Amino acid sequence: MIQTGIISRINLLSGSADLILAILVTWSIQEQVKTAWHWAVIGGLMVGFISGLPWFIPLAGYLMVVGVARLLLRRVWQAVLLETFIVIFFGTFGIQLLTAGYLTLMGGTFKIGDVISLIILPSTLLNLLVVIPVYYLIKDLALWLYPVEVNP
Amino acid sequence: MKSNLPRSLQTTLIILIVVGIVMLALGGYFGGITNWLGQVTVGSQTWLSSRFLAISDFLTVPRDMASLRQTNIELEAEVAQLQTQIIELQQQVTQTEILSALVDFARTNPENTYKAAAVIGRDPSPFLRYVILNVGSNDGIVRGMPVVTQQGLVGRVDAVVSGAARVQLITDQVSAVNIILKNSKTEAILTGSITGDLSLGMISHDVTIEPSDVVLTSGLGGDYPPNILIGQVVSISNPEYELFQSASIQPIVDFSRVEFVLVIINFQPVDISPLLPTPSP
Repeated sequence: MIQTGIISRINLLSGSADLILAILVTWSIQEQVKTAWHWAVIGGLMVGFISGLPWFIPLAGYLMVVGVARLLLRRVWQAVLLETFIVIFFGTFGIQLLTAGYLTLMGGTFKIGDVISLIILPSTLLNLLVVIPVYYLIKDLALWLYPVEVNP
Repeated sequence: MKSNLPRSLQTTLIILIVVGIVMLALGGYFGGITNWLGQVTVGSQTWLSSRFLAISDFLTVPRDMASLRQTNIELEAEVAQLQTQIIELQQQVTQTEILSALVDFARTNPENTYKAAAVIGRDPSPFLRYVILNVGSNDGIVRGMPVVTQQGLVGRVDAVVSGAARVQLITDQVSAVNIILKNSKTEAILTGSITGDLSLGMISHDVTIEPSDVVLTSGLGGDYPPNILIGQVVSISNPEYELFQSASIQPIVDFSRVEFVLVIINFQPVDISPLLPTPSP
């Protein structure tokens, strides 16, 4: 609701932020979280239901991004926020290129230069901005739901 | 020490002394002394009074400050509440104006039956130009119904659930609308783009089109009713090496600010795909 009602109305050129992507990425990079894949499926299906895109495009995109996030988990040592930025950056590119590829296959005609400059880059910038507050919110949520055990 | 004088003599002596002092005072002989005593008394009284008032202020002012702060907080809360009410009323006025314009549009176009709807969301993908309405199949909305505002054409219903509908805007990159240019009486196809810009294609080189020509739906293809306003021609591209002319269109509807729309519910789109010729093997 927040995504379709508010975030999608805030545009930079033709790009817009993807709050669900930001939440999924920040949730996936929390070490203690075990339900990242579940939420990727739920988020992908929900977006697929609302969007004009076929359901498998956002589902595949979100699963891909969660996969990258889980792959990079603990690889970027003690720099989780940096890891978040990396995943958001490449995740946005991946999802948008996936969408552009699908639309091209379906007969869409557009220049890839326009897509990158008017949609992908602005969307990436907005996602990088959105993910900062989302990261701290999700981090607190993860700590609240999965408290860290302290050995005496 | 016991006095040797008799008691009556003592009394008489005291009375005489008092009377004497009174007589001296009445005679003005004690003026200097009384003035000095008065000054001392008044000075002392002033000093005492000022100190008392200072202490009293010290003890009572903090209580007043707290009271004032409380009052200030209450007033600030009241101001905030009133400001919220003002904003809500302004929003209601704006919505009323929009709805009033939509009602006027419906009255001036009585051939159609309309269902008013609010835009409650937009497509999450920046590649697509769709909006979500708060009416659905429960309200009689079906796929393919045209959507307009008091200004002009918005798009058509693409998908419907019980309580909501998704509308493909004419600015969507796969949208195609058959149009007619009002002045030149030329038919063409209006297409959207990923940037939301509208353009005309499939215009023969033989046709002369002018900027500011009005663009209306033609009704061909059965997707939209005829004569719905879309926009104006802004610029024309007519390169000799292209098969057709093309033109940029300025839409009359501001698609980024659409809040309320009308769905034309008595228009049934015609599916002409079975009539289209198929290539023979």
